[in-house]
Amino acid sequence: MRPLVLLAVLLLGNMTALAESILITNATLLERGASVDTYDILIADGVIEQVTQGLAGAAVDIAIDAEGRPVTSAFFAGITALGLNEIGMVYDTVDSRLQDLYTGLIHPEFDVRDAFNPYSSAIPVTRVEGFGYTLLAAAPGDRPLSGQGSLVRLDGGFSSFEGKPVMFVNVDGAAGNKLGGSRGASWMLLNAIFDELAVPNKDLKLMTPQGKTALAEAKKRGVFIFRAHRASDIVRALTFAAEQNIQAVISGGQEAWMIRQQLAAAGVPVVINALDNLPGSFDALGARLDNAALLHEAGVTVLFTSGETHNARKVRQVAGNSVAYGLPYDAAIAAMTTLPARLFGGEERTLASGSRADLVIWSGDPLDVSSAADTVIIGGQIDNMQSRQTYLMQRYLPEEPDKARAYITPR
Amino acid sequence: MHIAFRFFATLTLFAIPAALADVFPSTYAPVPAPPVLFQNATVLTGDGSRLDNTNLYIRDGRIEWIGEGSAAPDATVVNAKGKWITPGLIDVHSHLGVYPSPGVAAHSDGNEATAPVTAEVWAEHSVWPQDPGFTRALAGGVTAMQILPGSANLFGGRGVTLKNVPSVSYQGMKFPGAPHGLKMACGENPKRVYGNRNQAPSTRMGNVAAYRSAWIKAQRYLDDWDRYEQATVEGASKSGEDATSMASALLTTTPPKRDLELETLAGALRGDILVHMHCYRADEMLTILDMAKEFGYRVGTFHHGVEAYKIAEQLADEGVCGALWADWWGFKIEAYDGIQENIALVDRPEGGCAIVHSDSDEGIQRLNQEAAKAMLRGNRAGLDIPPERAIRWITSNAAKSLGIDDQTGTLKPGLMADVVVWNQNPFSVYAKALQVYVDGSLTYEQGNPDLNPQSDFELGQLMGVAQ
Repeated sequence: MRPLVLLAVLLLGNMTALAESILITNATLLERGASVDTYDILIADGVIEQVTQGLAGAAVDIAIDAEGRPVTSAFFAGITALGLNEIGMVYDTVDSRLQDLYTGLIHPEFDVRDAFNPYSSAIPVTRVEGFGYTLLAAAPGDRPLSGQGSLVRLDGGFSSFEGKPVMFVNVDGAAGNKLGGSRGASWMLLNAIFDELAVPNKDLKLMTPQGKTALAEAKKRGVFIFRAHRASDIVRALTFAAEQNIQAVISGGQEAWMIRQQLAAAGVPVVINALDNLPGSFDALGARLDNAALLHEAGVTVLFTSGETHNARKVRQVAGNSVAYGLPYDAAIAAMTTLPARLFGGEERTLASGSRADLVIWSGDPLDVSSAADTVIIGGQIDNMQSRQTYLMQRYLPEEPDKARAYITPR
Repeated sequence: MHIAFRFFATLTLFAIPAALADVFPSTYAPVPAPPVLFQNATVLTGDGSRLDNTNLYIRDGRIEWIGEGSAAPDATVVNAKGKWITPGLIDVHSHLGVYPSPGVAAHSDGNEATAPVTAEVWAEHSVWPQDPGFTRALAGGVTAMQILPGSANLFGGRGVTLKNVPSVSYQGMKFPGAPHGLKMACGENPKRVYGNRNQAPSTRMGNVAAYRSAWIKAQRYLDDWDRYEQATVEGASKSGEDATSMASALLTTTPPKRDLELETLAGALRGDILVHMHCYRADEMLTILDMAKEFGYRVGTFHHGVEAYKIAEQLADEGVCGALWADWWGFKIEAYDGIQENIALVDRPEGGCAIVHSDSDEGIQRLNQEAAKAMLRGNRAGLDIPPERAIRWITSNAAKSLGIDDQTGTLKPGLMADVVVWNQNPFSVYAKALQVYVDGSLTYEQGNPDLNPQSDFELGQLMGVAQ
């Protein structure tokens, strides 16, 4: 039981709670491209020990025959507020954004990891769909810089954070308009706070000393995600990133395809929702379904997000649609597994010996809406594939239950 | 039964003249098109059948035959080997045009959120026909949809069913003969919108009290018109007999004053207008069904119904459809108990009427994928749902909910030739509509620039760089 595992981890520090060995045989490894060969995967102590052929029959605690089904690293759930947002409109359960704070300052030190709740019901709901990690975001508030987050594993740990500090910056038209009537206001203030990095603490006007430290740290070793759709805003972000010498990523990016050569030259990745094909605002008049394909073809790294938290699992469908509109399959699989971890400095997520044993056996093509996760293994533990939703389903599945449904308690 | 009598009597003898008059009439006329013979397709008929390696013939805007039959020598032949054919998809819950793209405030015309009862407004009067969302939905195989007002109000107003054809007016899209819908809303939205203004309703009990008060007014309105109709019929035969009857004839032959709000509600009580009820929680849906019995009307469809799976049997018994999402949940507490098996469980009982709806300009483009997700969850829960069953959720069941199932939603001879040709089994992320026919006219074709309609709004955008 997961709570017990957690308790054990808490009590015993870094001691591995369970040292199970697991052997998965006859797995189709999607990250190895179009190979028709199947492989066997040996897992011990939470780590992938071997990925090879001919391991069938090895002495292990648990053996699973994948029967040719696809196996991948556990998927990346996109940029979400998982663990920060239990119910969208129950606002005291939502901790993802900084808004109406009395200071009037910009707070790069605002860190959503301080608010993270691994017991949110949305985490198992997402995990059982084959997702192992997400990028926790500081959602757009009323400042040009929303704060910071990082990767987090969906393993139920209180501090399962990984990788670099990630700063969230909003430079789209809506953000600028709220800020001061113009998207120019976003750049004015961003320039001002970066200038304050060189100002003595006592002279800071826009940040606290803690904010200055956080911003300096992110500049040195973090990633800045600029939320922008319009081509001109993205170009402005590229200029800013070059001037400030920071690692930049674009999120949203509905018009990114229009400036894909510049993005490629700058080596700046783009996180998109590949389902965005409508001019939802005047920032996105160029939205189109083959955005991902065009970016990839130009050499831009593409990642995916669904824009959802509760339904973060939808990002599989997002990736699948990008393949339907021209993105090479392997690129989509990489975008769902290894690339986000590398980009944001997390642990390696490939099916290779020495990697974290976060992996999924799928019923079929994991990018198709006609398949689902059959088995999820996180940190070498086989998930029980249950969530609040599977329990509700089991309670209401019997047509003529022999007792009142309130007494049907799935375990 | 009083109710049955009222229904019969009002429908056949006494009707409100103004409500019967066809105002803002449809000007839609099918585009004349040559007959088309589709050969060797896998056909999902929309009413539960799958026919492999089958021919389909459409002519004069109608399905002529399926299987065997003769075709005109000049018929266009479509080799559909390896392709799948379904009826045109139907979305019973869309806000295209009333919350169009781009989402600017000046075009956000979907909620008349100025009073909790605004049965007098009609969504069609807010529809911006240049919403690019219509063309995107067409590319997704959607040939008809209901545009609804939002859910801020208890009675949000009338919904309109449109054919998904490019037009400069909604009249040019209006589905001929389709009944209006009445949008109503349960739960959080109305009580939040008005409660936040220190105005009724601020609670769920306030919601119900306000619905009932409105229905009571509507009943009286209907009675007044019935009495008037009765009096004019009887008065004609009796007039002039004596002074008393002359006076009473004068009194009763003065028609009641028309009231737009009550006209809509009376139309719903009479069954001319179909009730579409936004409602998430199972207990609230049961409250609404009791209220419908109190006032003698039918709830046609519960929309969103995130907890519909908890009362699937009752919904089937009452003949009420559930228009549902495949996987939305958690965005508010009345959506907290959402499960991915909801649609499959509502579909399960005998007489169950499950519908996949979008409520989204993204979802309406991919109703096939939404249905695929729901089908997968049903099958993984041990229900046996083949494609020919699941397709009903986005075709014939949706048509039934909108009262147009005698016109479209099924590939039956005589029905509108609303047809989609898919590159493969549509229940996949890789499925694409290759061709979409509306009333037999090829309205969209993938990859054919001559058959990819574009709204006026999108024309000539992004021309900054010298061409």
